Amino acid sequence: MNIATTVLAILIYLIAAPLVGGLLAGVDRIISARMQGRYGPPLLQPFYDVLKLWQKENILVNRQQKVYVLSFFVFVLVAGGIMFGGGDLLLAVFALTLAGVFLVIAAYSTFSPYAHIGAEREMLQMVAYEPMVILTTVGMYMTTKSFSSFDIVQEESLLFLRLPFIFLGFLFILTIKFRKSPFDISMSHHAHQEIVRGLTTEFSGRDLALIEVAHWYENVFLLGLVYLFFAAVPAVAVTVTLATYFLEVFIDNNNARLKWQHALGSAWLVTLVLGVSNVILLAFR
Amino acid sequence: MSFLPKSPWLVHYDASSCNGCDIEVLACLTPIYDVERFGVLNIGNPKHADIFVVTGSVNEQNKTVVKNIYDQMAEPKVVVAVGACASSGGIFRECYNVSGGVDTVIPVDVYVPGCAARPEAIIDGVVQGLGVLEAKYQEKGKAAS
Amino acid sequence: MQTVVFLILFPLAAAFLLLAVPRGRIRTIVVSVSAALIALAAIVLTAQVLGREAQFFEAGGHVTDVLIFAAEAALGLIITVISFRRRQYLAAALMLASLIMTVVYEVKLAGEARVTYNLFVDNLSVVMALIIGVIGSLIAFFALGYMEAYHRHHPDVPDRSNFFFFIVFAFLGAMNGLVFANNLLWLFFFWEVTTFCSFFLIGYGRDAVATRNAFLALKFNLIGGLAFSAAICLLTLNAHTVALSELPSAAAGAVLLPVALLAFAGLTKSAQMPFSAWLLGAMVAPTPVSALLHSSTMVKAGVYLVIRLSPVFTFVDGGKTVGLFVALVGAVTFLLASCMAVSQGDAKRVLAYSTIANLGLIILCAGLGGPKLTWAAIMLVIFHAIAKSLLFLAVGTVEHAAGSRQIESMDGLVGYLPRVAAAMIVGIAGMFLAPFGMLISKWATLEGLVDANPILTIFVAFGSAVTLMFWVKWLGKILIIKSAPENIETHVPGTQSVTLGVLSLMTALVCVLFPLVSKYFLEPFILATYSSGYWQNAQNIAILLIMMAVVLILSLPLVFPGQKERSFRPQYLGGANLAAKEKFHGAMGQDIQVTLKSMYLQNIFGESRLFPLGVVSSLILIIIMLGVVV
Repeated sequence: MNIATTVLAILIYLIAAPLVGGLLAGVDRIISARMQGRYGPPLLQPFYDVLKLWQKENILVNRQQKVYVLSFFVFVLVAGGIMFGGGDLLLAVFALTLAGVFLVIAAYSTFSPYAHIGAEREMLQMVAYEPMVILTTVGMYMTTKSFSSFDIVQEESLLFLRLPFIFLGFLFILTIKFRKSPFDISMSHHAHQEIVRGLTTEFSGRDLALIEVAHWYENVFLLGLVYLFFAAVPAVAVTVTLATYFLEVFIDNNNARLKWQHALGSAWLVTLVLGVSNVILLAFR
Repeated sequence: MSFLPKSPWLVHYDASSCNGCDIEVLACLTPIYDVERFGVLNIGNPKHADIFVVTGSVNEQNKTVVKNIYDQMAEPKVVVAVGACASSGGIFRECYNVSGGVDTVIPVDVYVPGCAARPEAIIDGVVQGLGVLEAKYQEKGKAAS
Repeated sequence: MQTVVFLILFPLAAAFLLLAVPRGRIRTIVVSVSAALIALAAIVLTAQVLGREAQFFEAGGHVTDVLIFAAEAALGLIITVISFRRRQYLAAALMLASLIMTVVYEVKLAGEARVTYNLFVDNLSVVMALIIGVIGSLIAFFALGYMEAYHRHHPDVPDRSNFFFFIVFAFLGAMNGLVFANNLLWLFFFWEVTTFCSFFLIGYGRDAVATRNAFLALKFNLIGGLAFSAAICLLTLNAHTVALSELPSAAAGAVLLPVALLAFAGLTKSAQMPFSAWLLGAMVAPTPVSALLHSSTMVKAGVYLVIRLSPVFTFVDGGKTVGLFVALVGAVTFLLASCMAVSQGDAKRVLAYSTIANLGLIILCAGLGGPKLTWAAIMLVIFHAIAKSLLFLAVGTVEHAAGSRQIESMDGLVGYLPRVAAAMIVGIAGMFLAPFGMLISKWATLEGLVDANPILTIFVAFGSAVTLMFWVKWLGKILIIKSAPENIETHVPGTQSVTLGVLSLMTALVCVLFPLVSKYFLEPFILATYSSGYWQNAQNIAILLIMMAVVLILSLPLVFPGQKERSFRPQYLGGANLAAKEKFHGAMGQDIQVTLKSMYLQNIFGESRLFPLGVVSSLILIIIMLGVVV
């Protein structure tokens, strides 16, 4: 992969990801409304929300929190840039973790009880999903002998066939990463099951807009990982990727929030059973 | 042009309502009225909200709370007093512990009449609030330039 | 050669000098100058050795051997007597057994194995010497101010700081000897000396807890020492060599058991499960001791030995039994110690568990061996030594300045001790945060493990996730911003501030310069050991460096906050805020101060749940390992 295509791929990601992510969020809200017997907002509502937030006053508790939020945003982009630029998946995952750490620190720094609880839960979520994410990249390496997303996407055979359990495990933790019920324990998009606004309680205006856009970027990044499982057949890959997203919307609307103990316990159990068994199968083949 | 009228987020505070108006506020979210069609969300956090919906009269105990919530909202912001009690103190006006309508503590932009206020009236009040929101945004822009 | 001998003997000379020098300015000068000389010598040695092949020296002959034997016997006798006096009969028995073995060996077997080259130096020794020389000296310098404050804070502890500095410098000499020794008999001597130093320093406080923990450490390390001397005896009998450099080319049957015993000794010294208890107990020692012995150097002796043995695992054993089981013990230790660190509220105990965990990771890498994992192991040693000593010293400084080393009490540390907090943040970032320090090596570890033994990546995946948790919640605590904190930075002695500053700078430099460290220190060593190299992918190095630059740029506004007009409001407290910040109007009408506590997940990651599990599982692993080899 030469530099020009890498730069191009990254640029496309940077521009297209928020558009795709925002549209998906819009579709999500319409589907959710329909499932609840409502008509729902316009498709572009998520964009209106973010643009509105951009026009609002940005109230702060301290001078530092802005910096952390910006760092969170930048590193979500870096993570996506690494993956869509054909780089090392493991590094991309680490960059995403770094981004998550910045978000948690931002909430911590405000010394707000609500944000604090959100931050702790976000941390627990990271502990819950991180092993599965790492095992996913490990599984991909074991089948393709490379951590580079560029190599993985060019793999001739369907990764899914050799990583079926890892794929299922990844789907499971995707619910946490998409911030969907039952695992939206640190910050929910639904006011009715949130303690104030969890992690984001103390952010407003542009900072909140950044967090929302970063979430779109993150979603696209994760869907990109889903795509890699089926990259050999692009048509299937796109279908499965979209289906995955709507499956998560479906799960979201059919579940109430669980306790963090359940999130942590079930995610680790799933990782242990599905992720580990797949890795062991691959190791002994 | 601002995007404020396209995505009004509410924070709802029950000052000392009999819960009649509160139920009607929540009714606006239900499938029959579905205010999310207009991008309205009940957000539950003053720092995220654009419109402060208060039901019930303000009493001596929660005066500071109403004031605090109002202060913690980001500009531009609008206050909608929903129901007779929120507007004027209503039938509780003369109680020893009641200070009166919401406007005794914070500036109110839209008054919604009714006991209890009907959902249509509440939606209408919020929509009027959007106009005020837009006006405040334009004013701020002018003041800045 | 002169530099090597200087590095071993000079600290010893300085130690004896310090025994005589009174406290005060003269001691400050002596400590500073000798520390500087040791650091300088380590750097000179680096310049002499880098870019060359490993060099072997004869260094001494019969006389030196006899001297070493005499010193060993004398020290052993002293420890035996002390143990008897304190009624620590088990410790005394272990010491006596070790002593008898040494004497019997000297009388019966000494002639069987002659070693031509007693000392040697290669890139790995240089890395270790730099850690000992530079970090060790910095810690000794730090201890100057710290020990004075320590005695002010602990008036009940008799001031034996002369003895303290004597031991610290003697330890530096012994540690240098350990990493330069090719003759296993010499190595063993220095090994035991570090054990004794640790014993004396842990017991420095002289109260019941300190004494008990000192003997605990002594017992565990003596068990390792016994395994070590058994290994030497076996090697002499079976392979007729006690040279470290000849082990990888020896016959499997002759060296397998001794190598397993040596690895066992390495596990005890680096406090792996099931021996971890001693390192936790060692936290009663003054903080510089924890930083020097129990994180950056002495416990590294254990992993150093295992790294040295890892070619033996690979070449002699084919990586099948000994190496694999050692790696498994490391993996179990890494996972469980990381989990238990989450449940700890005492900053030093968190650091202790994290140290045990990271040593486990190093052992895991070294056990499996191979170019990539050896690279990862040595990188881990370097990053861990710097960042962890920095953290220990920062915690010690906070403890004296603010009166507590509980993480819960470090709320808003950036507000009242900004510079110490900055050092702590650098240390924590270096310990776990991408793209810094440990994460670079953890990344290499994962890449190496996938090739070597993918199943072991599971331990690393879970362990890393948990690691994240205890560091982030600590980091979050420090970075809380409270209104109008009172700056108490002036309470921190100058020597401590300087040391923290230098160590922070070093952590940052090593992170940024890791490609150079890799190129000049690690790659030649790996090429020489495995005759195949390991080079990081240039593209990935570029990504890491870009990420570091981005973090740096993003953190600028934190350091220079600027004065731009912003709208500030207090945190949301359900509308019940009071005019005074961080207070709210409570349900019972009283004013309540906001206090926030972290989660420690005692029910999931508590010591009482996991420690026994770790002891049992690792014990089983070790027994299987020894059983298979025998």
